[in-house]
Amino acid sequence: MSARTLLWREGLPIAFGIACLLALLFLVEWLVRHGLINPFIVPAPSEIASSFGRIVVEENVLGLFLLTCAEALAASLMLAVAGIALGVLLHRMRLLRMATETWIAALASAPLVLMYPLFLVLFGRSAWTIIMIGFVAALPPVVLKTLEGLTGTRAVLINVGRSFNLTPSQLYWKIFFPSALPSIFVGVRLGMIFALINIVGVEFLINFGGLGRLVNELAERYDLAGTFAAIFFVILVSIVFFLVTERIERWLRPGR
Amino acid sequence: MTTAAPLLVVEDIVKRFETQDGVLTAVDHVSFTVAEGEFLAVIGPSGCGKSTLFNVMGGLLDGYEGRVAVAGETVNGPHPSIGMIFQEESTFPWRTVIDNVAFPLEVAGVPKAERLDRARHFIDLVGLTGFERRYPSELSGGMRQRVSMARTLASEPRILLMDEPFAALDEQTRLLLGDKVLQIQQDLKQTTLLITHNLTEAVQLSDRILVMTYRPGRVKRMVDIRLPRPRSSEIVGSDAFGHYVAQIWNDLREEASRGLKDDEQRVARAGARR
Repeated sequence: MSARTLLWREGLPIAFGIACLLALLFLVEWLVRHGLINPFIVPAPSEIASSFGRIVVEENVLGLFLLTCAEALAASLMLAVAGIALGVLLHRMRLLRMATETWIAALASAPLVLMYPLFLVLFGRSAWTIIMIGFVAALPPVVLKTLEGLTGTRAVLINVGRSFNLTPSQLYWKIFFPSALPSIFVGVRLGMIFALINIVGVEFLINFGGLGRLVNELAERYDLAGTFAAIFFVILVSIVFFLVTERIERWLRPGR
Repeated sequence: MTTAAPLLVVEDIVKRFETQDGVLTAVDHVSFTVAEGEFLAVIGPSGCGKSTLFNVMGGLLDGYEGRVAVAGETVNGPHPSIGMIFQEESTFPWRTVIDNVAFPLEVAGVPKAERLDRARHFIDLVGLTGFERRYPSELSGGMRQRVSMARTLASEPRILLMDEPFAALDEQTRLLLGDKVLQIQQDLKQTTLLITHNLTEAVQLSDRILVMTYRPGRVKRMVDIRLPRPRSSEIVGSDAFGHYVAQIWNDLREEASRGLKDDEQRVARAGARR
């Protein structure tokens, strides 16, 4: 494939995405400037852009960005280990799976963030409260997608393993896990999103921690441009995590 | 002159399954033997229990009556002397061609350099030299099936069981891959048992053909295929080839018709229940 064709194929979607985003921003800018959107509810994008410098310098947004990242990372690591382990356990124990699968699915849609007073009692007004809420709220999708990946392993691949006399442990590590990896990664990514939403939400509610606390403070000051700029950094955390998990998945499963 | 003992003995196999409609006998008192270096095809209509027989011989199914033995040793589960090639596409998509083929050697604990070297030999045997670093997603269906074949051959089984390995391929590819299988079987003197519903394939490849009845699957007839060896796909155009195909079709037609009628009746009953 020529360099030009490659550039066209890889670059065009990115360029189109950026163009759509810019078009949306220009549209919102026009609507705000012409009074069709209330600027006290949604500031003009140009105003938000000009507040970036201010909040980076005055509000230590980079430090808070790193703090929220660290909380999300801690929750994600715990999530990956515990969620995958629970998924494997449910896969191995059919009775336990049948007894609990529906409850776990129901938990996924429950607003566990509202249980923050309980976590405050258990862990105090600390980063651990934030991390644990993120972890607990995000556990169901990791467990369920791990289970789905393992149960979705094609029977013929399992039979290939059995025909080569693999031990149960070998079957798991050499066939079930690699087969389930794409589903596991979807679960981990979904879990990270759930964790981040809950982490920022709890930071906002208890006015402690990183970007969520900043969003709360800026909103209370009616600094809406700054609030939206801070929300941009929240989205940036999500993008960073998404890219990192995508790289990890490509490294672990290069054949995709 | 003494006749050598058969390598594979299948003795009075009966396999039943519990279904919603009661007990279904898939295989009913099937017995046959396969000599070392022989190529036996098992042919029958859909639903005659061929795949059940394949899984019983490969040690993947239990709860049957009868006995399967390899070189006198009763098979009670997957056996290192038996290699299996499945009908469905079975390459590991997350492994390269060479890592797929080296898989049984990796499981057996063969050191990396040696297993990759041996894997390259079997990759070359199936005609895929140059594709070692490709992933299965980059290969055609026929090439993926050759990878599966190389992987099974790498475990150096005494008996190769193949369950309709070319079912998903077009006729031309099937014939050409049949040539490849013949060549490998002749070079390695590999004892091979092929499950198929394809008449051309059975006659092209085998020394003998076991014709099965429709459910419950029983042995209807054993046909000796006295076509010259070494063979290639060119034999498909010969009179003798056509004669054998016609003979086996004669046996199969009645069984295939029974199967068709049974299917129609089952669909009609299911419709009536609704």
